[in-house]
Amino acid sequence: MTALTLGAEKVGAGTTPARGRTTKGASRQPGSGAIWKIGTAVIVAYALFPVLWIASLSLKSTADVGDRKLIPVSPTLENYRGIFTSGEFVRPLINSIGISLITTLIAVIIAAFAAYAIARLDFPGKGLLLSGALAIAMFPPVSIIGPLFNIWRDVGLYNTWPGLILPYMTFALPLAIWTLAAFFREIPFDLEQAAQVDGATPYQAFRKVILPLALPGVFTSAIIVFIFCWNDFLFAISLTSTDAARTVPAATAFFTASSNFINPTGQIAAAAIVVTVPIILMVLVFQRRIVAGLTAGAVKG
Amino acid sequence: MAAITMRGITKRYADGTEAVKSVDLDIADGEFVILVGPSGCGKSTLLRMIVGLEDISDGEMRIGDDVVNDRAPKDRDLAMVFQNYALYPHLTVRENMAFPLRLAKVPEDEITRRVEEAAQVLELQEHLDRKPANLSGGQRQRVAMGRAIVRDPKAFLFDEPLSNLDANLRVQMRTEIARIQKKYGTTTVYVTHDQTEAMTLADRVAVLRKGIVMQVDSPRNLYNSPANLFVAGFIGSPSMNLVPGELTGTNLTLPFGKVDLPDEVAQRLTSPQVADGEGSSTTTATKTGTRQVIVGIRPEHFEDLALVNEQDRGSGMVFRNRIDNIEWLGSELYAYLPYSGGEAIAQQLGQLAGDLDMEQTIGEEHQLVARLDASSQVKEGAEADLWLDARKIHLFDPESGAALARPPIS
Ligand SMILES: Nc1ncnc2c1ncn2[C@@H]1O[C@H](COP(=O)(O)OP(=O)(O)OP(=O)(O)O)[C@@H](O)[C@H]1O
Ligand SMILES: [Mg+2]
Repeated sequence: MTALTLGAEKVGAGTTPARGRTTKGASRQPGSGAIWKIGTAVIVAYALFPVLWIASLSLKSTADVGDRKLIPVSPTLENYRGIFTSGEFVRPLINSIGISLITTLIAVIIAAFAAYAIARLDFPGKGLLLSGALAIAMFPPVSIIGPLFNIWRDVGLYNTWPGLILPYMTFALPLAIWTLAAFFREIPFDLEQAAQVDGATPYQAFRKVILPLALPGVFTSAIIVFIFCWNDFLFAISLTSTDAARTVPAATAFFTASSNFINPTGQIAAAAIVVTVPIILMVLVFQRRIVAGLTAGAVKG
Repeated sequence: MAAITMRGITKRYADGTEAVKSVDLDIADGEFVILVGPSGCGKSTLLRMIVGLEDISDGEMRIGDDVVNDRAPKDRDLAMVFQNYALYPHLTVRENMAFPLRLAKVPEDEITRRVEEAAQVLELQEHLDRKPANLSGGQRQRVAMGRAIVRDPKAFLFDEPLSNLDANLRVQMRTEIARIQKKYGTTTVYVTHDQTEAMTLADRVAVLRKGIVMQVDSPRNLYNSPANLFVAGFIGSPSMNLVPGELTGTNLTLPFGKVDLPDEVAQRLTSPQVADGEGSSTTTATKTGTRQVIVGIRPEHFEDLALVNEQDRGSGMVFRNRIDNIEWLGSELYAYLPYSGGEAIAQQLGQLAGDLDMEQTIGEEHQLVARLDASSQVKEGAEADLWLDARKIHLFDPESGAALARPPIS
């Protein structure tokens, strides 16, 4: 991974000045290229080393976990087999996937309409709405956990899927609205008016013209929301008590190894890898769709 | 196809701007009408009110027999070509053109047939399966037109469709638009600020200024018989020379000479209409019959005296003037003549020049543009004997800007 990134950087640095694209400025001069490469390498190594270490741990047998070696002496899938058969992990994984997907779906759909209205219409209180949404997104969740815990127990939402989906939505919606509104603003208004003149109702114009063009934005905000839900630990640990709704980040904290005297480090590492890989895959797969440029050619160009 | 009728059409924006002020305009079935005017005069606003993208603040808009004030764009059955084309970037050329038909639930084989036909008319067959991003400017322009013609709408509306094309392509697409409009005979309203487009394409041209229609007429009449100073200055390139003058009876004093107006002009001047005071002419007329006027002279109505035959000399004014500058273009020659004494009306003309959004031969410079025959031997920086065709003189009231003694509409 590191080597690959470096290689790409080298090609970029070598060809950029030749093509005469000097817009990126002095930082792309051949002289400073080396500094950039070293810097990139350091950052990538710094960010990826823990992941590598956890991957290594997950492949070690219980006996080897403390051996302080990066390369497992006798690699084994024992830990993976363990977490998938114990039931301690499978059920939380289902919870995680279910809760994150449902939140993402609802949040993106609602946010799409809200963001569209914000981007296109001038209505009183628009500024207030936007800054309110931003304020909510910035709100420290820990400050509402206590009251929420009590309310959820009273109304019966404690330890249920909706009990997590609701607070997730509060934070996911502003995120999604802000990202989507930015994307909608980029789409030429003329397109929509052209659609209306061509005989489309406002809803048809939205669905057949605006939405397909905003798809990269929809994916982007979906991924942001999904990752937010998927990574949450605070709400999950506070508002759940059993496997009925507990998600993976919370569940790993409760991991018990097969025997009371064995440290579950290896299994926790395996669980961490299992929940990290889908995120990495998702970002890699959708990265191409996120790349802008879909609207190219709409207007004169 | 249908006629479009506007009665008292007014647009007031939320901030109080009156972009269009009580416009009455009748566009006949099948007619090609062009709206021109300087930037910001309300052309686009008016067009968008016809198509329904802008609410009508006041007045009545009819398409055919129906009042459409409160109809959504989709229910007006008009097709519009936008300045930036507004093609759907995620759809192929074929799907772009089929889009309105799909929405109208036209059967699939009919859609195919109509799209193929339009593609043929517009020479887009090879490009049907490409995306707009991969087309040239001219091709995109054609796709936008294709999307309009597949529908057979009641009218075509164009908002500066050619302004994004380079000069050559613009001329080519201009002929294309004329050809297509003739072929389909569809009522067309076309916005441009390019008067060449207006003059070459239109059956009739409506000249707008600050939301008011100044004159609606055929290109020929607009040029030969402008109803007011604004139209006179706006139509024609290089534009009409506007100089101050003093009229005593039929005797006209210009900064560079005097001329007795020929009978044909004089008759028009004394016609009841003018005597009654068209515009506010009475305010500038004095008891002795001397009045201030603004005199309009088209560049081509000057000539090198040496090239004017005896017979014509009598019906014009002969004068001697310095020539500052000469532009020889092969087929013609432009001479720039300085003169002094324009202060009397400089203010009106300066304001007009501002409205027209152009540098003028009027105002401080006091320079006339004369178009002479290319064979003329006049010299730069020297005095020359020149002739001005007094029969072609236009006279305007300096206060109201209304034309006095308009040449008859041909
Ligand atoms: N949404 C709006 N709110 C307020 N004023 C507006 C709005 N849109 C346009 N105007 C004003 O209305 C006037 C007419 O605008 P319009 O776009 O019709 O001009 P135009 O004749 O098409 O000019 P151009 O040749 O530059 O396209 C302008 O003075 C403009 O500033
Ligand atoms: Mg405009």
